[in-house]
Amino acid sequence: MLWLLVAVPAIAALLSFALPWNGLRRVLLVLSASVHVGLTVAVFVEPPEPVLDGWIALDAASLLFLAITSVLFFVTSLYTVGYLAQEKRPATLDPTEAVRFANYPEAVFTGCLLMFLAAMTLVLVSHHWGLMWVAVEATTLASAPLIYFHRHPRSLEATWKYLLICSVGIALALLGNFFLAVSAKACPGESLHLTIAGLEQHASQLNRDWLRAAFLLLLVGYGTKMGLAPMHTWLPDAHSEAPSMVSALLSGVLLNCAFLAVLRGHSLLVKAGEGQFSRDLLVLFGLLSMAFAAAFVIRQADYKRLLAYSSVEHMGILVLGVGIGGIAAFGSLLHAVNHSLTKAMLFLAAGNTLHRCHTKSTAEIRGLFRVLPVTAVLWIVGLLAITGSPPFGTFLSELVILKGMIDGGRIVVAVAYLLALAVVLIGMSAIVIAMVYGKPAAAESSAESNPEASDTSPEPAWSILPPLFLGLAVLFLGLCVPRELSDLLHEAARVLGAE
Amino acid sequence: MALWLDVILVLLILTSLWLLGSSRLRACIQAVAFQGIMLGLIPLLCAWPDITVRLAAVAVLSMVVKAIVLPGMLRRAAREANVRYEVQPLIGFTTSLLLGIVLWGLAMHVSRQLPVTMLHVTPLLIPVAIFTIFCGFLLIVSRNTAVMQVIGYLALENGIYVFGWAFAIEDPLLVEMGVLLDVFVAVFVMGIMIYRLSREFDTIETDELDSLKE
Repeated sequence: MLWLLVAVPAIAALLSFALPWNGLRRVLLVLSASVHVGLTVAVFVEPPEPVLDGWIALDAASLLFLAITSVLFFVTSLYTVGYLAQEKRPATLDPTEAVRFANYPEAVFTGCLLMFLAAMTLVLVSHHWGLMWVAVEATTLASAPLIYFHRHPRSLEATWKYLLICSVGIALALLGNFFLAVSAKACPGESLHLTIAGLEQHASQLNRDWLRAAFLLLLVGYGTKMGLAPMHTWLPDAHSEAPSMVSALLSGVLLNCAFLAVLRGHSLLVKAGEGQFSRDLLVLFGLLSMAFAAAFVIRQADYKRLLAYSSVEHMGILVLGVGIGGIAAFGSLLHAVNHSLTKAMLFLAAGNTLHRCHTKSTAEIRGLFRVLPVTAVLWIVGLLAITGSPPFGTFLSELVILKGMIDGGRIVVAVAYLLALAVVLIGMSAIVIAMVYGKPAAAESSAESNPEASDTSPEPAWSILPPLFLGLAVLFLGLCVPRELSDLLHEAARVLGAE
Repeated sequence: MALWLDVILVLLILTSLWLLGSSRLRACIQAVAFQGIMLGLIPLLCAWPDITVRLAAVAVLSMVVKAIVLPGMLRRAAREANVRYEVQPLIGFTTSLLLGIVLWGLAMHVSRQLPVTMLHVTPLLIPVAIFTIFCGFLLIVSRNTAVMQVIGYLALENGIYVFGWAFAIEDPLLVEMGVLLDVFVAVFVMGIMIYRLSREFDTIETDELDSLKE
């Protein structure tokens, strides 16, 4: 069962490279995404046995993130099918910069997309430090061509940055794994083989100094991939240059995978009795990320970068919650679910906007209600949700994290947290509200020069139904958290030793 | 064998300093290739005299990859992009060398913090590993040409392997995975990337790639 979760998308990816027909390839994409959802439901109902000597297993934390991954991938795959169908081929002229660019062949794109899913699934189910490292590495390789889909000079720049920065991060994570192996040498008896369960069983016998150094390296290494400041510099570029559904997947799923890797490290330190050390570091990186994001959100000139910085902020919230511990850790996991849904929805809405208005500039887009009424509603709903307004799920999870801080007596942290949230709220609202409601200043003149900009044909269903579904899901999570989910979250927080 | 191991480690320090001080890409590629050979010798010397077939195979494979395949690809990338010198690095060569000495002190300091009593390795090993990693970092952030950045990444990797090899005798799997995948990343992908970079920008300098700066 666990094998199938990884194997199905991997085999579909190989098929996609080989298939000569685009139509069939799109069917394959949606089909394998649905099979993946089906398998996830199956492992949820009946937990499977670990395979490969416990190297691949499924605990509550894996299951939680697997569910997010599976659902988001399915929703975005529907969007992708519509997106690919309308994408112009072969070469297009960049409307603003007069650069000619041609998209990657669809076979490579779809293949990498499926490979990306397989790699991310492997990260989530691997219970061996080395295997998890290999899987994180594979996600980088699979996603680089996705970012470079448009073969635009700017996408190339973003891809180069992504690869270079993330591979340095990955290299540090490998060093972290070596350090873990050294710290395990202090244990008497047989070799531990670095399985997560094996190390946690002997956690108290691990060498403390090496273990701390290992966590620091793992946090910096996987934190780079997760987009924690100050290692986040690849993130805004990659997210703004990638096609929108890829940005949705990067933000909604990939960052979570790296988050889980960081959580595994934290969990090991807690079990080794070094929890205070890792908690302090997580709080530090959390606050730093929120501060960086708040500074760059204000007056952001590009709406996809705006969303990307908001991702940095939310990654900060996630590690901050775990660093506080107690009920905040539960809130943090719930927030991971909410953030993934909301951010994916916003990126898809951004994709619709970019497709119709041909600009990513926040200053040039005004009066979105007139041009794209449904997308405009999505923007407003997304804005309310991402800034944590009631009645959305994000409000609930951010409140739970705040409660954790106050319960723990961390008043200074709580004030900084609220301050950063307020700055982001003001910064984002100012931009998005102007985009949606603002008066189209040069509407007439631009309509003449660019007839497509004033195109008011109805929005196609593929472009609005997937984000609408995600928006409703966040709204639902704000109104009630189903018992199954809340049990799963508690169990995951317990497994990770965060509560 | 401990003496030979120390000799190799000292040679690693010297090549790292060479990397920091040289502007000629060919010379830097050769230096990194030389590091690759030294790296392959470390596990053999550490395990001497009981070398298993598996260990020897991995060591030889890593030597072939790090000393022949990767430098060959880098040389080709540099030739095709027609870059031969690192002309204007962000941090000058003399300053880089001085920084290198500071980094050596820092590496010694960091390695003092880590207890090594349970490891049966020469005391030089950990500082040299950390120093090589630092030098790699410095090269990545301070050099403008993409080829030099990749050389820096290779140096960073080499440092990690110096560390990894010392422990590979007991759990070789970790290092083997590293060998396979890091190679994949650092070169195949970046090599292809550089190829594209050189074609689409008519220059291989990553400084050209700064239209996304804020």
